[in-house]
Amino acid sequence: MTIVATRGLTMRFPRVTALDRLDLGIEAGVVGLVGANGAGKSTLIKILLGLLRPSEGDAQVLGLDVRTRGPEIRARVGYMPEHDCLPPDVSATELCVHLARMSGIPPSAARERTADVLRHVGLYEERYRPIGGYSTGMRQRVKLAQALVHDPALVFLDEPTNGLDPAGRDDMLGLIRRIGTDFGISVLVTSHLLGELERVCDHVVIIDGGRLLRAQDIGAYTEATRTVLVEVADGRDTLGHRLAESGLQVHADGRQLLVDLRDETTYDLVRDAVTDLGLGLVRMEQRRHHISDVWQERPA
Amino acid sequence: MSVTTIHDIGYRNYDGPRLGRRFAIRSLYTHSLRGVFGLGRPGKAKVLPFALFGLMCAPALISVAVRLVMARLAPGAPPINLFPYRAYVFDLQAISAIFLAAQSPQMMSRDLRFHVMPLYLSRPINRGDYVFAKLAAMASALFILLGTPLLLLYVGSLLAKLNAWDQLQQFAPALGGAVVYSLVLAAFGLCVAALTPRRGFGVAAIMALYLVSYGAVTIMQGILVANTYDTPAGYVGLLSPYTLVEGFQTWALRQEHVGLGYVEPGPGGAVFVLGVVAALALGTGILALRYRKVS
Repeated sequence: MTIVATRGLTMRFPRVTALDRLDLGIEAGVVGLVGANGAGKSTLIKILLGLLRPSEGDAQVLGLDVRTRGPEIRARVGYMPEHDCLPPDVSATELCVHLARMSGIPPSAARERTADVLRHVGLYEERYRPIGGYSTGMRQRVKLAQALVHDPALVFLDEPTNGLDPAGRDDMLGLIRRIGTDFGISVLVTSHLLGELERVCDHVVIIDGGRLLRAQDIGAYTEATRTVLVEVADGRDTLGHRLAESGLQVHADGRQLLVDLRDETTYDLVRDAVTDLGLGLVRMEQRRHHISDVWQERPA
Repeated sequence: MSVTTIHDIGYRNYDGPRLGRRFAIRSLYTHSLRGVFGLGRPGKAKVLPFALFGLMCAPALISVAVRLVMARLAPGAPPINLFPYRAYVFDLQAISAIFLAAQSPQMMSRDLRFHVMPLYLSRPINRGDYVFAKLAAMASALFILLGTPLLLLYVGSLLAKLNAWDQLQQFAPALGGAVVYSLVLAAFGLCVAALTPRRGFGVAAIMALYLVSYGAVTIMQGILVANTYDTPAGYVGLLSPYTLVEGFQTWALRQEHVGLGYVEPGPGGAVFVLGVVAALALGTGILALRYRKVS
């Protein structure tokens, strides 16, 4: 099912073109939206929420046109803003109950949903205390909870791991994965950190300068390459010469050697060479792509 | 020994009713109205609004008490009218001005200062709905503040067995005046509050604008009246919120004028009606413009 579709979507501001004829088709699941700062991610989210009118082109969210059906879209979509957006003088519970009602959930259901959602994001006793005293990690959880409190079909998470320490980051990524799998809510998550998205997303969409750079399954980005990575304790150069003599293409890369994979015998040749030279083999593996390679490959 | 097990029942989807935009606007309205009186907020947030509400009602209660005592002690004597309906709001304007200055910023500035607006705007309401709900809530809060003492006066006069019809003829226009006061003051207070994202500045700005405009109007009226320019003195009243509504009441509700100067019936009164309409349009216009850019 396509949850977000855009065609020729263009957004021009007086000084800058934020989106430039963007064509997207995003399927249900956990989808990463990657782009450098200023690539147009936040603008895209605002258009998809029906808060900004695009200069040209069309966009649909859950099959609803963003130009004409903004309120309906916003009733079925959750949004976690990038920046701090929490009032300090209310508790997480009060805020979420209020915002659930603002999404059209009746009062008693709003209280029930709030209790459920705060528990799922990992806020317990502290949910009755004013938000002003919360840590960054707790605030991010409240921001996430308010985006989920009305049980949306889709959530937009804008840089959800911003400002978190490594442990908090892991927790947040785990939660995002659970939202997609256990909660059955589609997720569109933005980040400028590719490594994070590799861990949680089914698909990744990369935009750059307001245009689509690439959109693929995560597997396609990280598929195996035709290169074997070899690392030995000492004698990298000795091994390199020996392998080159055997007719293999070899490049040095730091402490490692990158050997072009001809066929299965390449592994045997490397193993034999290492044994003959009496070197200590630290690592030998088929190299995989990282999403970040897309940036190096992109046309200048 | 009892063993407590927490069962993780997993995520539950919601398939109950979704009440949409009108319910959301109503929710924001009630939430904001309660907020003005500090309900649903920490205890100390309730102190000031309720103290001012008590102060606003105290003269009415005293007036009613005196009336009831006099009715018992000297039946048949002409009723003592300590605080007439007509002048109540105008004479006690300092209290409602403080209420407006203290509570408008908490209603508007907080959401701007802490960037809460994205959380509202990503819900079924739009910017106009937000402004409308806030204005309606502030106007309602002011009407509660201004209308309750009038109602107390009316109920008291009925208890003192005064002529009910006669009293109603004074009470109803005064209540109508309170509605206009509430609308104009809410537009004025929220406008200033929306332009001053820091709460302290907002309080100070509303108080300063009120005091300066009212002070200037009173001084100018004093000078004009001393020189027998009574009619121009009346028009000067257009320049401050309370004297503006006061002029409107004098004409529209055919009431005796309370402030300084003279508001002539006929075309002169129409100017005050236009003044009230212009003040409301200006206030909502500025708010709409202010929130058009907020995201």
